Amino acid sequence: MKLDTIDRSIITATQSGLPLVPQPYAQIATDLGLDEAELRARMQAMQESGIIRRIAVAPNHYKLGMTANGMSVWDVEDARIAELGQQVGNLDFVSHCYERPRALPDWPYNLFAMIHGSSRDEVETLRSEIAALLGDACRGGDILYSTRILKKSGLRLRQQKG
Amino acid sequence: MTLDETDRRILNRLQDGFPITERPFAQVAEEFGIPEDDLIARLEAMKEARVITRFGPFFDAAAMGGAFCLCAMAVPEEEFDAVAEKVNAHPEVAHNYARTHRLNMWFVLATESEAEIAQTAERIEQETGIAVLQFPKLQEFFIRFRVAA
Repeated sequence: MKLDTIDRSIITATQSGLPLVPQPYAQIATDLGLDEAELRARMQAMQESGIIRRIAVAPNHYKLGMTANGMSVWDVEDARIAELGQQVGNLDFVSHCYERPRALPDWPYNLFAMIHGSSRDEVETLRSEIAALLGDACRGGDILYSTRILKKSGLRLRQQKG
Repeated sequence: MTLDETDRRILNRLQDGFPITERPFAQVAEEFGIPEDDLIARLEAMKEARVITRFGPFFDAAAMGGAFCLCAMAVPEEEFDAVAEKVNAHPEVAHNYARTHRLNMWFVLATESEAEIAQTAERIEQETGIAVLQFPKLQEFFIRFRVAA
């Protein structure tokens, strides 16, 4: 799907969230000088094409007791990574799951799965669940805990060039 | 703020999606058997108390155009803060975490094009004298993650 200027203005207008009013889409449409039906049709199209992953609440993990997280990494047989990566992604405590290239010899791991739990101990237990799931298709693994956030800036939509 | 049973149900339900209709709150409120204005008031209160960090569309950054890459560096402990400052000075660095590993600095580059990823990584290598390993995503797996409220 190719985004035009109007789609981009909708993205910009909703990046920080939907207004908490009975007719949120009507309000955004008014702000942008659009017809509400057109705005909703465009958002629907963006959702269908995957540009909008979903419209949803993002709860604060910390406030709900999920205070520990770790980036688990695994060296998984290439032939089985598609199948096993999807199984790891399906675990309800894994928030991100990617295949990435190895950087040998320093870095033998090709599967990255972010684990969330209520404590470091729980994260370790969940990590052993992943190890069991990967079984002998996995030659090794590690887990990296974050000790400090050095920078955090939201990803913003960049200006489109010519 | 203390969450009641209805707040928890709302948090669990609204992680799965929200309709794109004329009166979406009324529609969702009906599922819980509460009035529309009660749902809106509860969401406002949870946002206010920062139980909800964000409510709205989540965009696929890559689908909107642009390139992203996870990168890592092995930074000697005594140079760590100075290197962090140099890395963070690049507007292309979206976030950056210190982590427990020999590769102890992990950041995401977000640029307009793939070429700029390589250029930025190279500039950081020149400025710091430390190799920047690049871990672009090859495959993203579908996620079922939900925070149980």
